[in-house]
Amino acid sequence: MNIKYLLIILLVASQSIFASEKQIDPKEIQKNLRCLVCQGQSISDSNSDFAQTIKMVVDDLINEGLTEAEIYSFMSDKYGEWIVFKPQLNIQNLLLWILPYMALILGGFFIIRLFNTKNKITK
Amino acid sequence: MQKIVKTIIFLIFLFILSVFFIGLNRDTNYNTANQINKEIPDFKVSYIDEENFFTKNDLRKNNFTLINFWASWCAPCRIEHPLLIRLSEEKNMKIVGVNFKDKKEHAKKFLGELGNPYDVSTKDMNGKQSVLFGIYGIPESILVNKELIVIKKFVGPLSVNDLNYIKEIIKQ
Repeated sequence: MNIKYLLIILLVASQSIFASEKQIDPKEIQKNLRCLVCQGQSISDSNSDFAQTIKMVVDDLINEGLTEAEIYSFMSDKYGEWIVFKPQLNIQNLLLWILPYMALILGGFFIIRLFNTKNKITK
Repeated sequence: MQKIVKTIIFLIFLFILSVFFIGLNRDTNYNTANQINKEIPDFKVSYIDEENFFTKNDLRKNNFTLINFWASWCAPCRIEHPLLIRLSEEKNMKIVGVNFKDKKEHAKKFLGELGNPYDVSTKDMNGKQSVLFGIYGIPESILVNKELIVIKKFVGPLSVNDLNYIKEIIKQ
């Protein structure tokens, strides 16, 4: 039992260590930023002047030590939330984030209930 | 049980309908709303003719400042230029020009041909400082007051209506 707990603690600790060591990949951030002067392209995909500048700014922000979330927040502050493909979790879109999980739980609940009632009928 | 299922189906339908309604009514174009009534960011641009820097603090002495982002290669900048010349006659406002991703000699030629409306001429060679102002294309202009709060941001060339609006604001 004690070994089990020890293993869990080690697993959690190692994950947090790896997470802190994880380097921010500028490409990943660029993929999640919309090119405002292009048609449906991300900053990563675009070679436009605007995209080139944003790429440079993203690199600078990473070098300054900003986290991925802070970089998205910086960009949203300058250009509005529209610039970020993946919306940030906030009050306005809370429903959008939790609804799939709610649907999954409710769906599971109804399927189980349906099976139970069918089983009862057959018995 | 059937009643519950029906209610859930109705609620899902209502949800999808409201998502579409909100989504389709949402303005997906770039807008300047998130910049208005906020203090301008700290910035550092060099003067067009010298290596000294012009910063946010240099704006504090002006009652109103119009920060105009322009370039000699930008055709709409030529269109708005006569309006900037007219605005340069206003005593209560200074105009700061930020020459965007341009060559110094081209910029000087442009101002030589069309006149120089700028009280201060600066440059942003790689465009990084302009990102701080949320600039994504030029021309763009930002009107700020003495407290360095953004009153309005003009995306695209200034129009006569914009000119009248600015004149009205700086009269106050």
